[in-house]
Amino acid sequence: MSITTNPPPEPPKLKPQTEASKKPFGSRWLGQLVLLGPAGIWLLLLLVVPTLVILELSLVADIRPGDVVNPDGFANYLRAFAPLNLTVIGRSISFALGTTIGCLILGFPVAYWIALQAPKKWRNLLLLGFILPLWTSSLLRSYAWITILRRTGVLNSIIGIIGIPPLELMNEPPAVLIGMTYSFLPYMVLILYASLEKLDRRLLEASADLGATPPETFLRVTVPQVFPGIAAGGLLVFITSLGDFINPELLGGASSMTVARLIYNQFLGQTPNWGFGSALSTLLILLVSIAIALLLKYGDRDAKV
Amino acid sequence: MFQSATETQAPPRTQSDCDVELRKVFKVFNGETAVRGVELNVRRGEFFSILGPSGCGKTTTLRLIAGFETPSAGEILIRGESANQVPPYRRPVNTVFQSYALFDRMSVRDNVAFGLKVKRQNPSEIDDRVDRALQLVKMEGFAKRFPKQLSGGQQQRVALARALVNRPAVLLLDEPLGALDLKLRKEMQVELTNLHQDLGLTFVMVTHDQEEALSLSDRIAVMKDGRIEQIGSPEEIYDRPKTPFVADFIGDTNLFKGHIEECDRGSVVLRTDTGLKLVVRPPEDPNDRTVGRKAIASVRPEKIRLSRSAPETEVNYFEGRLQHAMFMGTHVHCVVKLTSGETLTVRQSALPEGHLDDRASVYVSWGPNDGLALSV
Repeated sequence: MSITTNPPPEPPKLKPQTEASKKPFGSRWLGQLVLLGPAGIWLLLLLVVPTLVILELSLVADIRPGDVVNPDGFANYLRAFAPLNLTVIGRSISFALGTTIGCLILGFPVAYWIALQAPKKWRNLLLLGFILPLWTSSLLRSYAWITILRRTGVLNSIIGIIGIPPLELMNEPPAVLIGMTYSFLPYMVLILYASLEKLDRRLLEASADLGATPPETFLRVTVPQVFPGIAAGGLLVFITSLGDFINPELLGGASSMTVARLIYNQFLGQTPNWGFGSALSTLLILLVSIAIALLLKYGDRDAKV
Repeated sequence: MFQSATETQAPPRTQSDCDVELRKVFKVFNGETAVRGVELNVRRGEFFSILGPSGCGKTTTLRLIAGFETPSAGEILIRGESANQVPPYRRPVNTVFQSYALFDRMSVRDNVAFGLKVKRQNPSEIDDRVDRALQLVKMEGFAKRFPKQLSGGQQQRVALARALVNRPAVLLLDEPLGALDLKLRKEMQVELTNLHQDLGLTFVMVTHDQEEALSLSDRIAVMKDGRIEQIGSPEEIYDRPKTPFVADFIGDTNLFKGHIEECDRGSVVLRTDTGLKLVVRPPEDPNDRTVGRKAIASVRPEKIRLSRSAPETEVNYFEGRLQHAMFMGTHVHCVVKLTSGETLTVRQSALPEGHLDDRASVYVSWGPNDGLALSV
């Protein structure tokens, strides 16, 4: 039997004015202050003020603990561009780039598999498995890598069995890259997963329907679709590994001096120089800011449409 | 360019002139059977619709033809060749997806060119064919736009162009007009018909909209619970439904449950469970024309006449009360409650003798050829 229905009643019209706009000016301010105040004070005291102090210190040459702060020029910055220091900055950037690429190569297939192919009910558990290392101390994890990578370590024992001569990885750049990639891989996987999980599978089907083989679909559809995720993940890993201190310190040895270690030396080393350390810190902040600006400009095309 | 579509494809190996053939196809998802032994042939150049309520397996059937799903049992033939092992990117079919699935990071031009680019056509030919495909769907002025900047109807056209530019043997359409508003849907229906006639391509469309299926298709397969209930031309499906489901799903109808009391060549007498005696056309299948057999009579609302006084016929007239009458523009939609308890919908071009009060006493009647008995 056919059933006739009346057209559904029209939904009530939304009030043109929202509630908040009717409140008196003062109480709106108070509400926002309650919400943002505590974190704001925290940030102000522990981030903004120290950053300004560093900025001031960076303009004083040869300052040591106890000296009077008297900003007098850019000598500290010029010193940062001395060949020796440039090498250190360059090494830091190459470590960060290497780690980013390593995380991308290792992380993408994993995130892809978890997001698109793993059974749905296992996804959260699999992700958890990847985040688990983040719950242990990073110091502990670096020490674990020492026992694996050192000359008499686990790795060399195993490859020794099949007759490969021991590898000298410890206190060399490879050990730093391995340790850093391991440390930051979970971040990469998480961000790529979030991006891949939102990937519209119908687009992959449309691509196949139009004759694209799976590799072509991957290059022409999947990668462009998740590019914002790739950029965000890459940037996060790049920034955190640029300032990483523990991995280069424990796994890299004397030959792997990075900016972080150089800054550390200026404040807590044998011959402290707070001004130079502050200048290096400011440069590091600048470098990271440029990277973030690039991401905002080119990372997510959707944000601009 | 599109007229030659059928010639550019390899000739079929078998003698059959079917573009798509499904032989006892089953599809099981995690223990749930979505498609149960579907058999159908889509003839070359035909506009074929698969019609059914949601969850009847019609979209799964289409996805099986496109290659996104592989059959759990049975065989799919495209142009006479088994396609069971052929991945979607090697099938000579293209799909217009339900909500278009356009590549939102590519311009309209790049969307349409996608299929040709992955097939490594030379650039000048790609440009040429994309231009003509966009002209075909009247979107040539929008080549540089992005899908997000287009309306639903425009996206629909781009999706059509993106599929057609590849000159498929079969065009698959998954609820192609479902996301459009009524007016646009009517426009696109006309354009789909025109495209089908101009290109001479085989179209297979999935829809839940019976009106759309009736107006566009050469033949319709009505599906329910993973099975095909009936395949036939729109007229056959509407006038000679084989099952109560088809009668009810295609258009409005009034159904009376009962059993066959008398039977001769041209008509049957059906006694309803409430005691009414109906004279209607016999069931399609002669085996079902046996006395005592359970059956359902279907009478379309537009076949019923409404009158104030008792009509001068001997059969098929019943007394009742008008429950309400709704003016619908082209017709008046009435609901009549019979004294025996049934509620009927009646469609009249105008109410008899002008105005009728609600609750007025009325008679409904129809001729012996206006109703049809269906086997249960």
